[in-house]
Amino acid sequence: MKVLEVKQLTKTFGKVQALDGVDLAVNKGEVYGFIGPNGAGKSTTIRILLGLLKPTSGFARLFGKDAWEDAVAIHKRIAYVPGDVNLWPNLTGGEVIDLFLKMRGVRVDQSRKARLMEQFDFDPTKKCRTYSKGNRQKVALIAAFAADADLYILDEPTSGLDPLMERVFQQCVYEAKKKGSSVLLSSHILSEVERLCDRVAIIRQGEIIESGSLASLRHLTRIQLTIATKEVVPDLDSQPGVHDFKIENQHYVFQVDADQLDEMVRYVSQYGVVNLESAPPTLEDLFMRHYQGSTSGGGGQ
Amino acid sequence: MANQPNYQTGLIFRFLFKREVVKLLVWIVPIVAMTVTIALAFNGLYETQEERQALAETMENPAMKALVGQGYGLDNYTDGAMLAHQMLLMTAVVVAIMSMLLIVRLTRADEEDGQLEMLRALPMGRLAQTNAALFVLVITNIVLMLITAISLTALGMDSIDWAGSLLYGSVLGTTGLFFGAITLLAAQLSDNTRGTMMLGYLVLGLSYMIRSIGDSGNELLSWFSPLGILLGSEVYVNNYWWPILVIVLLAIIIIALALYLQQIRDVGAGLLPQRSGRKAASPMLQSQIGLALRLLRTSLIAWIIGMMLIGISYGSVLGDLEAFLGESEAIMEIIGASGDMSITEQFISVLLKIMAIFSTIPALVVFVRLKSEEKKGRLEHLLAKPVSRKKILGTYLGLSFLTSIVMMLAGIIALAGIGVTVMDVDISFNTLVEAQLVYLPAVWILIGFAAALYGWCYKWSRFIWLYLLFSFLTVYLGDLLDLPAFILGLSPYYHIPELPTDQLSWVVMVVATGMALLLSFLGFLGFQRRDIET
Ligand SMILES: Nc1ncnc2c1ncn2[C@@H]1O[C@H](COP(=O)(O)OP(=O)(O)OP(=O)(O)O)[C@@H](O)[C@H]1O
Ligand SMILES: [Mg+2]
Repeated sequence: MKVLEVKQLTKTFGKVQALDGVDLAVNKGEVYGFIGPNGAGKSTTIRILLGLLKPTSGFARLFGKDAWEDAVAIHKRIAYVPGDVNLWPNLTGGEVIDLFLKMRGVRVDQSRKARLMEQFDFDPTKKCRTYSKGNRQKVALIAAFAADADLYILDEPTSGLDPLMERVFQQCVYEAKKKGSSVLLSSHILSEVERLCDRVAIIRQGEIIESGSLASLRHLTRIQLTIATKEVVPDLDSQPGVHDFKIENQHYVFQVDADQLDEMVRYVSQYGVVNLESAPPTLEDLFMRHYQGSTSGGGGQ
Repeated sequence: MANQPNYQTGLIFRFLFKREVVKLLVWIVPIVAMTVTIALAFNGLYETQEERQALAETMENPAMKALVGQGYGLDNYTDGAMLAHQMLLMTAVVVAIMSMLLIVRLTRADEEDGQLEMLRALPMGRLAQTNAALFVLVITNIVLMLITAISLTALGMDSIDWAGSLLYGSVLGTTGLFFGAITLLAAQLSDNTRGTMMLGYLVLGLSYMIRSIGDSGNELLSWFSPLGILLGSEVYVNNYWWPILVIVLLAIIIIALALYLQQIRDVGAGLLPQRSGRKAASPMLQSQIGLALRLLRTSLIAWIIGMMLIGISYGSVLGDLEAFLGESEAIMEIIGASGDMSITEQFISVLLKIMAIFSTIPALVVFVRLKSEEKKGRLEHLLAKPVSRKKILGTYLGLSFLTSIVMMLAGIIALAGIGVTVMDVDISFNTLVEAQLVYLPAVWILIGFAAALYGWCYKWSRFIWLYLLFSFLTVYLGDLLDLPAFILGLSPYYHIPELPTDQLSWVVMVVATGMALLLSFLGFLGFQRRDIET
């Protein structure tokens, strides 16, 4: 069942085309990663989903309702955490959390709220003016996770958190997922996305250029190989699918396209393999390829 | 079911109200207290009908009309008529400013700072915050209206009765509602707080000016200004209610338009088109002073135009004044009796003082910008580079001094230029310019004071506006209320010799400039030692 569905979404700000035909779909109980370089259009997409911006064309539906028209009904079932949390300087963190929860109109589990504050090591009695960036972020995170939501929309929710707090956050996402909630997570911290997300979409210049499960995306990418052989392997660097070839301490170090791996292993095995190490492509590798601009995607580094 | 634009208005209203209630009381209480005090003072100072009638005579001239309004019931100048004539317009302008600041704080400012985005991601109607802000506006102005009416009636003066006092309060409240509505509309057009306020002030300024030109000459013109229409209620004289009705209706239409625009636009956006900026900083921008000028560019240009317009409207009043004096034998006699100073010169000196105070505003606006840069955390970026605090404070202070000169010149050149062409008294252009520029040291004292406050008590920086308001009130009310010299003397403008009547005193000039420099120096000392705030 689709919790969130975006079709052919475009948005222009004056002459700037921020989104150019974005498609997205998040299923129930799924954690969906949304990644892309700065200015790619992640926040714009999310702000359309929240009914803050009106799409230029295309549609965005959450729970089968229109994001702009039915914003109020939709917002009763979601929780949002932005990357830049701006609060009222004269209110305390505790007051703001209560205000947000009250507005969401959900039943608040007080013990859960207290537990979250403790886990996040958060002092709710200080005025918002005096909070550090990470602490302001915690206000939004606690208000989001202190009550259940059907969908959590998180736009770089951990951009100010320390690694310890980052772990607490990941725990929160796990728990939400366990309860059957869905999560849309935009983030630049790729290890976080890798750990949490079932599926990811990569957006660049307002277009989704890749989406699917991590496993299937890995399939499209390259594997890092380090090989030592008894005999010299002729023409290894010009074999199909080989990239970034170099020789270090008598080892061949290179990347190979995932779909050429089989061929490659066959080829080198003729020369007596004494050592072979392979590293799976990280999301970062995947990412680098897409981020670094060229349209064919094959140009490498 | 769909849309629900008003959902959660009640909750947001309670939230906003709690946030604002103290600030609003800080406005309302002094406004009412001032009104009541002045009513009492009039009552004590002008005891007999003859004394009041004598005052009425001096009021019946174009310069006064331009300043305070036409005045009704001058032939039977009761305490009530006097209060409405002298105080209503000025108080209404203050209420307008209160309401404009209120609306901008609760709408565009929250939107610009990003709090609205947090709220709107919650189940909250698209109009909830705006509705709630409007409720706060309406309640504030109703409370102001009632307290004013009740307090004035409670004074128990014959001519200040309940019917008139209720209308007096209603004019104030309606002005607040109207300019609040204007600001709400401006907040839909501009995508930032400063632009919104500027649009609001523009409408307020134009309303005042149109009325001022109308009241001093062509009375038809006054009906094109909301302030002019509201003064047409002739409070305590004829007590007409229709102006209230007209303005409330207008306000409702403006509000409906604003709400409609609010509902169709993106959060964070304005409806006025935006130009795309330069790719790289121009060489101008790469200096401290260039950056500051760039930040202030629009408001400085607006102020120069504003000062010229004020100068033009006051300049044209001088012509009306001449014509008026020519007609009226009786007035000429009064002038003769009032001493060796001609009435024209007397009014010129009042106008010049008021112009001097007006030109202080942009000079302070320039300086106060430094504080808001600091508060928004942008000063940090500069100070983190090899830029000294001295240099930054010096830049803004220098610009502020410069602004005071430019603004004063803009105003007086316009005034004198128009003035000498329409007036045939033998006052030369140069005399007028000179008579205006002698006020510069007084303006500088205020700038220096602002610098000292900024250096030593950052939190109280805004006190400078109170001091300016106080100085304005001493000019406006000093004579009417017969205020003692030691109170008048607290305002720096008081000590400046009134040319061409008085002699130019270089001692005063030098001492005042010295004080301004000393205060500025104190500002540097304080700023060098204190923490940078956020
Ligand atoms: N209000 C606006 N007016 C004009 N252009 C805008 C506006 N908001 C966003 N843009 C443009 O739209 C594009 C997408 O911006 P967006 O904020 O969605 O990027 P993002 O993917 O969230 O980037 P980041 O990773 O830096 O957060 C950018 O080119 C940005 O400049
Ligand atoms: Mg973003």
